Amino acid sequence: MEELYIISDHCIIRNNSVVSGGKKVFEYDRGGEPSFFTALYRHFDLNYPKFFKMDNLCKLGLLASEVLLREKNILRRYPGDQVGLILSNAASSIDTDRNYQISINDRTGYFPSPSVFVYTLANIVIGEISIRQKFLGESTFFIEEKFNPERLYTQVKLILDEGIISCCICGWVELDGDHYEAVLYLVEKSAPLADGIAIFEPEKLHEIFLQRI
Amino acid sequence: MKILVVSYNNTQPTTHNTQLTTSLQDVYLISDNIISSLGFTTEENMASFREGHTGIKEYDDLDLAPAPFWASRVDNEELSGRFTVFGNPAEYTRFEQLVICSVKDALSRCTIDITGKGTLFILSTTKGNIDLLKGNKGDPFEKSRTYLWYTAHLLQRFFNFHTQPLIVSNACISGVLAIIEGARLIRANRVDTVIVTGADLVTEFVLSGFNSFQSLSKGPCRPFDKNRQGLSLGEGAGTVILTGDASLALSNCPVKAGYGCSGNDANHISGPSRTGEGLYLAIKHTLERSTVPVDYISAHGTATPYNDEMESVALNRAGLQEVPVNSFKGYWGHTLGAAGVIESVAGAYSLANNILFHTLGYVEPGVTHPVAIIDGTFAKNLGSCLKIASGFGGCNAALMFHK
Amino acid sequence: MEQLIDKLKHEIIGVLNLSEMTPADIDENAPLFIEGLGLDSIDALELIVLLEKNYGLKLGTAEEGKRVLHSVRSMAEFITSNKKG
Repeated sequence: MEELYIISDHCIIRNNSVVSGGKKVFEYDRGGEPSFFTALYRHFDLNYPKFFKMDNLCKLGLLASEVLLREKNILRRYPGDQVGLILSNAASSIDTDRNYQISINDRTGYFPSPSVFVYTLANIVIGEISIRQKFLGESTFFIEEKFNPERLYTQVKLILDEGIISCCICGWVELDGDHYEAVLYLVEKSAPLADGIAIFEPEKLHEIFLQRI
Repeated sequence: MKILVVSYNNTQPTTHNTQLTTSLQDVYLISDNIISSLGFTTEENMASFREGHTGIKEYDDLDLAPAPFWASRVDNEELSGRFTVFGNPAEYTRFEQLVICSVKDALSRCTIDITGKGTLFILSTTKGNIDLLKGNKGDPFEKSRTYLWYTAHLLQRFFNFHTQPLIVSNACISGVLAIIEGARLIRANRVDTVIVTGADLVTEFVLSGFNSFQSLSKGPCRPFDKNRQGLSLGEGAGTVILTGDASLALSNCPVKAGYGCSGNDANHISGPSRTGEGLYLAIKHTLERSTVPVDYISAHGTATPYNDEMESVALNRAGLQEVPVNSFKGYWGHTLGAAGVIESVAGAYSLANNILFHTLGYVEPGVTHPVAIIDGTFAKNLGSCLKIASGFGGCNAALMFHK
Repeated sequence: MEQLIDKLKHEIIGVLNLSEMTPADIDENAPLFIEGLGLDSIDALELIVLLEKNYGLKLGTAEEGKRVLHSVRSMAEFITSNKKG
């Protein structure tokens, strides 16, 4: 019998809305802040000025992790090096890559920007979440054409089986031009019984991913 | 520390109080390839190493940079020439040609079931076909080919792999992570054989970016040296073929991939942690699972002031300050997504041949925490090699190889 | 000088994405790094790009960089003393 793990919570950011643990917690009022991400930042009162330096992919990932982890005090339950981050997407950092490419296209006005270049790697979103949350554990960024619940399940399960981490934030953080979506899961070796927890398995990951919001 | 053996064949009871789990499954390296400025096979590259040649040269190429720059580049004509055996170079991008040539060479040196269900291909790259983003006039390739999943599909069709390839894109530790993931999957009996290929190009995109960070060296880079000024970019591809099937190993004493893992600094997205936190943790967790001591370390050693300093801190914290350590970046430059693979191949070669290679570019110690930099190429009996790597995003990885 | 200082503050807020700040929030005499605004290494590199892009000025050594980028005022003084014509 294989070891079973738990999805103790999840969140979805998609279509200008945020769903946490199955309940809608925010919907973008276009009359307010100029951008959805900034509106979400203010709604959750994040007080984290570094947010404004981030590219859109990192803003999305950071916001999703804030929604998933707020009031959870993960570091009270696990040392930082026992919390892992396994994320994936299809577009890598292409959105920022395009912006960076534009900045180097014209040799007459050639001023490559280090603060844009640093975001031309998809795994920086893992870095930003790690800095904010102080997570020091295993992490990897994978690229998939579309969300692949079976593969994500295997990747996370095997590192939990190895015993180096006891808790993993995993999922999909995708941003390509106007299209964005983030679906994050909190997976743990064990969790107190509560509404909404589920067995960590590919079918459940898929079911949560497909939730209409 | 309790270590329990857990079987993954679904017939054993679950273990609940495990702190660490260990599998009896060995993972063998049965073939490899390196393509770089120094050659198109592992042997060619290692011959250059023995002669102390660097592949880093000065280039004056306005397509890539407005001013001359130092880098290690793969000979383009030779690459296309070799590729014509496999396909029409006009139909494949430079990046794709590099990957295919590397895989083909590695496959030619072993017998595996390439198209079988038990075989997985893992691609490690930071930017893939990013040179297509510019959209040069007359370029036959669409910008959509910059999507890495598109590249993986193309490679799957080319080689007729049964299983969809896995793509690791995690800055400069991608190659090490890809091998760790491959070994993990074999150990867990999810796959039988894994082909891991890491590749990246020297492009205007990446050159300009590292230039904006003022982290490029004028002249070949000098890892761990007192007068190091920065890194040299390099391009290339490396392939390693891993399997759990001992009968496929050609050598009497094959090198095996042991455990590895990653760790994050959680400190800064580009600057390494001054305490080497993430690297120290990755090394610590890796060594906790190793059954052999470390005889030799292949460092990341990019020759930036901060990286090499951080590595010296982490190695001291891990108690490895007296283990012989080198960096290969003085030969190849920093090959980004290829680095973790080609440097692992060179580390495994060192192990198999009981040789330690000089840290090319190093003359005088230049880090505050003493480490045993390999200063000359010589024979030494080796049982194990620890490969370490670090990258943007605060990521770090460590992986053991042993005989 | 004061006009230049105000202009610089606007530019710094722009290139460093300090969206939560206004020029009034920046003390031109306070250190930019470690204390004060607490800028980091990437910010320093962006300020170097700013000096080159907007004022045509290149910093020579790292030591010069540390001096020039100490505060908004030291940046303004550097620009003023290196103005051509």
